[in-house]
Amino acid sequence: MPDFLPLAEAVRQNLHDGDAVAFEGFTHLIPHAAAHEAMRQGFRDLTLIRMTPDLVYDQMIGLGMAKKVIFSYAGNPGVGLLRRLRDAVEHEFPHAIELEEHSHAAMANAYEAGAAGLPFAVFRGYAGAGLAAVNPHIKTITCPFTGEALAAVPALRPDVSFIHAQKANRAGDVLIEGIIGIQKEAVLAAKRSVVTVEEIVDNFDGVHPNTCVLPRFAVGAIAVVPGGAHPSYAHGYYARDNRSYLDWDQIAADRGTFDAWMRANVFDVGPEVFAERVKELRHA
Amino acid sequence: MPDFTPDEMMTIAAARALSNDDVCFVGIGAPSAACNVARLTHAPDITLIYESGTIGTRPNVLPLSIGDGELCETAITTVSVPEMFRYWLQGGHVTVGFLGAAQLDRFGNINTTVIGDYHHPKTRLPGGGGAPEIASSCGEVFITLKQSKRGLVEKIDFFTSFGHGRGGDDRQRLGLKTKGPTLLITDLAIWKPDPASKEFTVTSLHEGVTRDAVQETCGWPVKFAATLEQTPPPTPLELNTLRDLKARTAKAHGQAA
Repeated sequence: MPDFLPLAEAVRQNLHDGDAVAFEGFTHLIPHAAAHEAMRQGFRDLTLIRMTPDLVYDQMIGLGMAKKVIFSYAGNPGVGLLRRLRDAVEHEFPHAIELEEHSHAAMANAYEAGAAGLPFAVFRGYAGAGLAAVNPHIKTITCPFTGEALAAVPALRPDVSFIHAQKANRAGDVLIEGIIGIQKEAVLAAKRSVVTVEEIVDNFDGVHPNTCVLPRFAVGAIAVVPGGAHPSYAHGYYARDNRSYLDWDQIAADRGTFDAWMRANVFDVGPEVFAERVKELRHA
Repeated sequence: MPDFTPDEMMTIAAARALSNDDVCFVGIGAPSAACNVARLTHAPDITLIYESGTIGTRPNVLPLSIGDGELCETAITTVSVPEMFRYWLQGGHVTVGFLGAAQLDRFGNINTTVIGDYHHPKTRLPGGGGAPEIASSCGEVFITLKQSKRGLVEKIDFFTSFGHGRGGDDRQRLGLKTKGPTLLITDLAIWKPDPASKEFTVTSLHEGVTRDAVQETCGWPVKFAATLEQTPPPTPLELNTLRDLKARTAKAHGQAA
């Protein structure tokens, strides 16, 4: 049975300086509110794990919270580059960060291996790809049955994973639907987990039997944050705020603009602002 | 002057390369526009797959990201990301991968990772995402990008995804059984790999485009096919479909059309 906690408490109990942490979400259901809470609490030396580190990791890197990033696509989806990440990689501002770069297939397999309790993942990948030469964690393994050379990467085992989901029931089961991404694997691979949800319902009566549900015993903590994925979206609740993704390109381009935006939109506010931000994006 | 832009010709020429029977792994940007124009014109039953897990999707507007909600709402089914990469891509169900590129060389090798040295880059680009395995696991790969000397280069700075390597039978020697890049569609021309050397060779020029224009926007000495065709200009249906799609998209994403 997970703990139902206010967001600040859920983050405080589960995230620590130096942790390897995943704030997962594949375009959909990105846990922005949880990430902003982690920024307010000011953690340091984090290893940030995510297939698609977008705005939230750009923000954390810009704030100097990241020691290392394990990732497979560091872009602002559909818009362009991540300018705070670029500043860190190209100019070591605010400080240098270590990159462990993979392909999507590798990261997906690595999370799955973590969830399955295996030490590494094996897949057919990285053929002729330059990453194998610059990332020492990418190895080749020979199939003991066919002799085929296959790619191997270490399993991902975050200290803690944060995800956002549509809803939980009072027993603590968590329902995710739509583009389910890698969230189930990220939670099951992690030592601890925190799930923010749009709402708590009495029960999941009438839910399709194959709906993606994380049962209560697999979830560490649940915090209710309506709108908590904004500017990402929650299928069935509110649409993606594409305008915010386009705007981020300008905000992150300049160190001063970034600082001012972070102060006004993260440090001077609390998780309750997310409900307001999605008001106009809710489906009629 | 023709009444269409080079960009429109590029998207439409790329759309024509897809068939109703294709199962296509769609990259964002220019490939996404081409794939949806194909679906809205001559290939209504084409299966479009985006790496967010949406299979058989039929968006009414072009998604800004690979995971926009409409991709899921209009899909036959939506699967998890590991399932997408393991069962559907690695499992061999995808006939065509459609990729863009920041840098491309004459053998169809693509760089979207860095400009400059990997460890001390001049420009850090987003990286490969799904591309390394799209390039190796799809039956064949189509590439689309606008020509420029920055884009079509003698030597790419990083091998994000492998095309034909240094040409010839490089793919087979790596153990790859898929065809790799078989088509390059730019804003000026259609290119296909030479059967032996695998070097991209111009096979068709778009209307109004000269050989010089192709060479001036390419960083390597361009080879032209012995019989050079001219790409048929966009039909009114193709052009209207693309323009309507772009207008709907701009409106939906809150951008000026």
